[in-house]
Amino acid sequence: MNRIRRPADLQPQEFGLVPSGTPLSGAAATDVFRQMLRIRRVEERIGERYSEQQMRCPTHLCIGHEAPPAAVCAHLRSKDLVFSNHRSHGHYLAKGADLGGMIAELYGRATGCADGKGGSQHLIDLDAGFMGSAPILASTISVGVGAAWAASLDGRDEVSAIFFGDGATEEGTFHEAMNYAAVATLPVVFICENNLYSVHSEMDIRQPPRPVAALGPAHGMPASVVDGNDAEAVWQAAGTAVARAIAGEGPSLIECVTYRWREHCGPNEDLNLGYRSKDEFGDWQADDPVERSRRAGLSAGWLDANAIAFMEAEISAEIDAAFDHAIQSPFPETGELATHIFPAAQ
Amino acid sequence: MTDRQLKYFQAIHEATDLALGWDGDVLLMGLGVPGPTGIFGTTKGLQEKHGATRVIDMPSSENAMTGVALGAATRGKRPIMVHMRVDFAVLSLEPIVNQAAKWHYMYGGRMRAPLVIRMIIGRGWGQGPQHSQSLQAWFAHVPGLKVVMPSRPYDAKGMLLAAVQDDAPVIILEHRWLYNLEGPVPDGMYAAPLEGAAVLREGTDVTLAACSYMVIEAMRAAETLAGVGVSAEVVDLRSVAPLDMATLGASVAKTGRLVAADTGHAECGVSAEIVAAVSERCFASLKAAPRRIALPPIPSPTTPALADLYYPGAREIAVAALATLGRDDHVPDDPLPEGRQWRDTPDPSFTGPY
Repeated sequence: MNRIRRPADLQPQEFGLVPSGTPLSGAAATDVFRQMLRIRRVEERIGERYSEQQMRCPTHLCIGHEAPPAAVCAHLRSKDLVFSNHRSHGHYLAKGADLGGMIAELYGRATGCADGKGGSQHLIDLDAGFMGSAPILASTISVGVGAAWAASLDGRDEVSAIFFGDGATEEGTFHEAMNYAAVATLPVVFICENNLYSVHSEMDIRQPPRPVAALGPAHGMPASVVDGNDAEAVWQAAGTAVARAIAGEGPSLIECVTYRWREHCGPNEDLNLGYRSKDEFGDWQADDPVERSRRAGLSAGWLDANAIAFMEAEISAEIDAAFDHAIQSPFPETGELATHIFPAAQ
Repeated sequence: MTDRQLKYFQAIHEATDLALGWDGDVLLMGLGVPGPTGIFGTTKGLQEKHGATRVIDMPSSENAMTGVALGAATRGKRPIMVHMRVDFAVLSLEPIVNQAAKWHYMYGGRMRAPLVIRMIIGRGWGQGPQHSQSLQAWFAHVPGLKVVMPSRPYDAKGMLLAAVQDDAPVIILEHRWLYNLEGPVPDGMYAAPLEGAAVLREGTDVTLAACSYMVIEAMRAAETLAGVGVSAEVVDLRSVAPLDMATLGASVAKTGRLVAADTGHAECGVSAEIVAAVSERCFASLKAAPRRIALPPIPSPTTPALADLYYPGAREIAVAALATLGRDDHVPDDPLPEGRQWRDTPDPSFTGPY
């Protein structure tokens, strides 16, 4: 297998996970596009305002990664659960979690989704089924499997969708969690957003030349590699994986090959660091998932310029309101420092 | 207190059985839990009684299975995870330290992780460097974890029942040498609080503050000290996080002298914390420098010839207590029982391998 460096290197491949085959069109396609656009615009706004030094927490923007969150979460019901990593804003938003709570959390305010104690790396919105996020790459993978185990024990129809990056697949707990999800036939969808770099370290020095998805069959579950910038491809793979989970057929693994546009952590571009070339970055920017979806919609007719303009206006107003809410919110009271170390009896 | 006597391991078994019966959300998991020996008798027969979905064996995946337990806990389950040795739990530090300990705080109180993790401290019969570590200080160092070390069957049962009902992650460290000790244990459900030390023997000259198996050694030392006219007060810490400084402080205020005895290493350990905390709070009460009796900064050796030198016991505690009184009486070692060459088992009922 050739190492993927450019979009043209990508060869979608099935390891037993057959895409649903249903075309992404009509209202479903519009919803996925709108969600991708919304994630893009939220991240751009955070990037614009980050230098004001008021969002004082490590922030990992997901610009370039919009297709997997939007296309996977489109299949999830509100009762399904999402677990995420440090690059979590897209997953949080696509699952329907509260934008105001997220922005206030980045601003460290008392109205933040975690009272300001978590920041960008620890978003949560239980009402939306967004169960949490953590930056120690693979650490929430087993937790998501445990939630699926609880659902299975209780006979509850509930899917755990777990998002992580390529670096997480190098941590042992990923393999342990995959193993147990397969042993216990749990309703889990594992989604690897392979953006080719773990911080600044490229795949070649970290993994042998085989797709991450090849680890699926090794752990007893079907998998596939899909073009992670192609919303329809992600949507079709996720359609099969979510249906399998709901039907009690067990877990699946989807490797979505994509690309991070901004620096690993922070609002800026980072070509000055030299770990990736301008040419390479240019190729991936030309493969922009939001733009690809927009073009697909315009050409298939499920999108038109008016609809896009309306979406842009709505999204912009929503983001304005979220930032206003955050900035006008109070900081936590001093007493909050020592609150919630241990749970009070219920 | 009841007349009913149970061994420590039987008390744990009874508590687990009761917990599984008390709430259908309680789960019991660990490598070997349903196995033929049932974690030294503490889980034996419980799968047959409570079912294979709630009492489970597991893959040797200490890291992910702790995350799995945490994930189940966030969805209303109350898992009890068991490690046959503390040393295996080292593989699960990430989900314990980074996740379970912090989820309630870092999510602003929205998450609860009612997780109980039992870890057994090995000793003797050549357990050696990777089957006998006593790492309570590691866990006690992490905010968000409750860390308890019951020394008596009463607490072994009552603290496990309290831990299962608590919504915080609770680490229970059980010393293998306590397993065969008998003590009074009431029938049925009761909870022994997860915090608060217990004064097991009152005295006026020196405070012996100890946890887990070192409580047994401290009680023996107190007996020896009584024989030479020294009145020792024995404080069983019960919990190492949080530490009960009120009880410890009151005892030291009375005696003016302190010996802290721990099953772990002295450096940066529980005994160090006790000495520091007492010195900060009760410096004016202290009549002599406090002493620590704990393991040296050496990995635990396997051969009994070296292990016998490695572990301090009642004699060392008594010598330290006398030193705080300015005395250097000769304290003889307990004589070895008839026919025994080594001190690598707590009593003749222990035979290898275990």
